[in-house]
Amino acid sequence: MNYKDNTLSTLNPPLADEKEIRSLDTVCINESQLQHKWYHNLKYLVSGIFFGILLVKAEVISWFRIQEMFRLQSFHMYGIIGSAVVVGMISVWLIKKFKVKTIYGEPIVISPKKFSKGQIYGGLLFGFGWALTGACPGPLFAQIGTGATVVLVTLLSAIAGTWFYGWIREKIPH
Amino acid sequence: MLELIKQPWPWYVSGPLIGLTVPVLLIMGNKSFGISSSLRHICASCIPANIPFFKYDWKKEIWNLFFVFGIFAGGMIAAAFLVGTEPIAVNPALVNELAGYGITNYNNLVPADIISWDGLFSARGIILIVVGGFLVGFGTRYAGGCTSGHAIMGLSSLQWPSLVATICFMAGGFVMANLFLPYILAL
Repeated sequence: MNYKDNTLSTLNPPLADEKEIRSLDTVCINESQLQHKWYHNLKYLVSGIFFGILLVKAEVISWFRIQEMFRLQSFHMYGIIGSAVVVGMISVWLIKKFKVKTIYGEPIVISPKKFSKGQIYGGLLFGFGWALTGACPGPLFAQIGTGATVVLVTLLSAIAGTWFYGWIREKIPH
Repeated sequence: MLELIKQPWPWYVSGPLIGLTVPVLLIMGNKSFGISSSLRHICASCIPANIPFFKYDWKKEIWNLFFVFGIFAGGMIAAAFLVGTEPIAVNPALVNELAGYGITNYNNLVPADIISWDGLFSARGIILIVVGGFLVGFGTRYAGGCTSGHAIMGLSSLQWPSLVATICFMAGGFVMANLFLPYILAL
C-alpha cells in the first residue's frame, strides 16, 4: 500500500494524513529528504549497544533500584535522571546556540511536544507499570539481553498495551 | 581498567553518559531520543489491523528498531563480559521489607523469586509481569513517551508537557510502590 497518496484523509477525518499520524509521536516527525542505504542505520545499532551496556552498568534496569527510588531510599536514580537531564539540556542549548548540523549537514530540528490529558492519565498508568515491572521500555530490552528471558513476556504484554491504546485511542480523553 | 568497568558505575558517571545520548542521536541524523515508540513501530509493522494509529510508514522510523535491538545486544554483552560477581547492594530497609514477602534473591537485576518463568505461574508474578507490562505499553503511548522521550529528551529541550508527564510517571510509581505493591507482593 502506498501511504504517500494521502488516501487516509478521506477515510479518517480525525487523522488527516500520514504525517499527522506519525507525528502523534514527536519522535516521528523528522522528515529528511535524504535517502540512505539501510546500513546507515548501523550507527543507531552501535549507539544502542552502548546505551544498553550503560543501562546495565548504571543498574537502572534493576527492579530493586526502581523500588528504592519510589520509596526515597536511595539517591542513585535521582542522580542519574537529574544529571542526564542537565547534560541533555546543556547539549541542546549548545546545539541551538551554535546551530550544529547533523553529520549529513542537515539543520537539527527538535519538534515541540503538544500537551494532552494523555500525559496525565497515561503518565499515571505508566507510573503504575514502572513500579510493578521495575522497568521502562528501554530497560525491558536490556533485561532480556542480560538473560532474564521471562521479561520477553513483559515486552509482549507492553506491545499488546500499545496496540490496545491504538485500538481505543479515539474513545478515551486526550 | 576492566576491573574498574566491572564495578557498578556511580550515578555521576552513568547519568551524564545517558544524557549524552540526546546530542549523539540528534547529530547522527536528527533523531529525537525516545524508546517507547519502538513498541508502536512493532505494532505498525506486525499487527496494524487497519487501525489508523498504526497506518504510517514505519520503515521511516526503522532507526528506532535498530537502536532498541542494540540495547538488547548491549545487555547481552554487559552480562557476559562486564559485570562483577557482587550481588547488587540494596538499602537494608528495602531488604527487610522484601524479605517479608519471601524475596531474598539479589543475584539478578530482577527479583528471581517473582520475575522468573516459575513466578509467571503465581498471582503476583502475573500482576508484575503481564499486567505491569501492559500498563507500561499502554501508559507510555497514551502519554506520548516514556522516561527517555519525556523525562530526558523532553526536559532537555525544555518542553513543559514533558514535565507534566514526568511528574505523573513519578506520582504513579510512588502510589503503586507504596500503596498497592505491598498487597500484591503479599499474595
